Amino acid sequence: MIAIIDYGAGNLRNVQHALSLLGIECKITDQPFDLQSASGIVLPGVGAFGEAIGRLGEAGFIDEIKSQVSQGKPLLGICLGMQLLFERSFEHGEHEGLGLIKGDVVRFNHDLKIPHMGWNQLNLHKQYCDSTINQEIQMGDYVYFVHSYYAKPKYEEDILHETDYGFSFTSAVKRGHIIGMQYHPEKSGRVGMQLLKNFKEMMR
Amino acid sequence: MLAKRIIPCLDVQDGRVVKGKRFTNIEDIADPVELSKRYSKLGADELVFYDITATHEKRGIFLDVVKRVAKEVHIPFTVGGGIQSVEDFRAVLNAGADKVSVNSAAVQNPSLIDEASVRFGNQCVVLSIDTKQVDGEWMVFVKGGRENTGQNLFRWAQEGERRGAGEIVLNVMDTDGVKQGYNNEVMARISECVNVPIVASGGAGEMKHFRDVLIDGKADAALAASVFHFEEIDLQQLKQYLYNHELPIRQG
Repeated sequence: MIAIIDYGAGNLRNVQHALSLLGIECKITDQPFDLQSASGIVLPGVGAFGEAIGRLGEAGFIDEIKSQVSQGKPLLGICLGMQLLFERSFEHGEHEGLGLIKGDVVRFNHDLKIPHMGWNQLNLHKQYCDSTINQEIQMGDYVYFVHSYYAKPKYEEDILHETDYGFSFTSAVKRGHIIGMQYHPEKSGRVGMQLLKNFKEMMR
Repeated sequence: MLAKRIIPCLDVQDGRVVKGKRFTNIEDIADPVELSKRYSKLGADELVFYDITATHEKRGIFLDVVKRVAKEVHIPFTVGGGIQSVEDFRAVLNAGADKVSVNSAAVQNPSLIDEASVRFGNQCVVLSIDTKQVDGEWMVFVKGGRENTGQNLFRWAQEGERRGAGEIVLNVMDTDGVKQGYNNEVMARISECVNVPIVASGGAGEMKHFRDVLIDGKADAALAASVFHFEEIDLQQLKQYLYNHELPIRQG
């Protein structure tokens, strides 16, 4: 069973629908102890960083996520959920994140249209080409993005995917069993479904 | 590279897709979920659903369609038609829509754009504009194109962006339904005057029209309805054609 963390940040059902269609049992939960019985955790997210981390804290999720992850339980952060994995974000001020991945989250600062919205391509970082999460994913595959901030990992070894938007930014990260995707796999058609399936494989 | 998007538009009445006004027999309507799944499989990048009944009593039927689409189709989609308030935004977003488009209601009450974008984020507020040239000036029309608001198109688009719209759909009334191509000149002008994505609407008749509006018209996306519903243009072939013309296009 995958636990989808509900901390009051928008619609979580699209993630649930996608996982259900893949035959993956999942449960939307606002109770931290539910993470203990789960075999994987999804941290979704839309909205603002500061508010999201505040709510996660109030609901008692922060310590539980860290504890489960330290025991090797797979965690997938999607969109804002990926950004929350980092140490710090500069969205409307400065906020501390979960710190599971070293680095910062900053705003796009160029003259391209913001938010970065639409279908864009994945470059698979060579170190993880053969990894479970990249099974049947090709260089140049398209996924769906909607975001104005992006993550800057401190260590190159945490970069899973990169995407070009005026420059090459980190569109997915991996550190052991922790995965973060800036794009929305649940809205990325065939490629997105494959990525979710690959995450399921990581739970074995 | 960020891809140019091709967006089929589905008019929904009483829970069914109405393919076109010219025909009234049963063959001309389809199940929105089945049609959406087919378009998604053929490579549609997004979908748009317009509630063309939009009477209060029938709103529930439409929201059920939105929920069913969200459950079975895994590409982004926009919902429009009859959106009047922040509450309407919330209802369709909760049903699973990714974006909400507003037209007349935003002209009547522009602060709706501000409120919705603060509440739900710019990315899900789509400003849809119907336009027509009157005495050489591009004007904003409302009420299905029946009423000239007296507002200049470019000023309204800029105001919409400033208030928080994350995308603009521009429907040119003169070219709509004529199938002689989009109006590339006005598309290019609007693209240059705002910094949010522009979705071109009105005029697609053949594959070349899509290429022209995405290149000459500088549009980020092209929307069409009947050419897809009546299978005059095959989505898969269209995307291959655009890809061959060196546009950044996502293929299936």
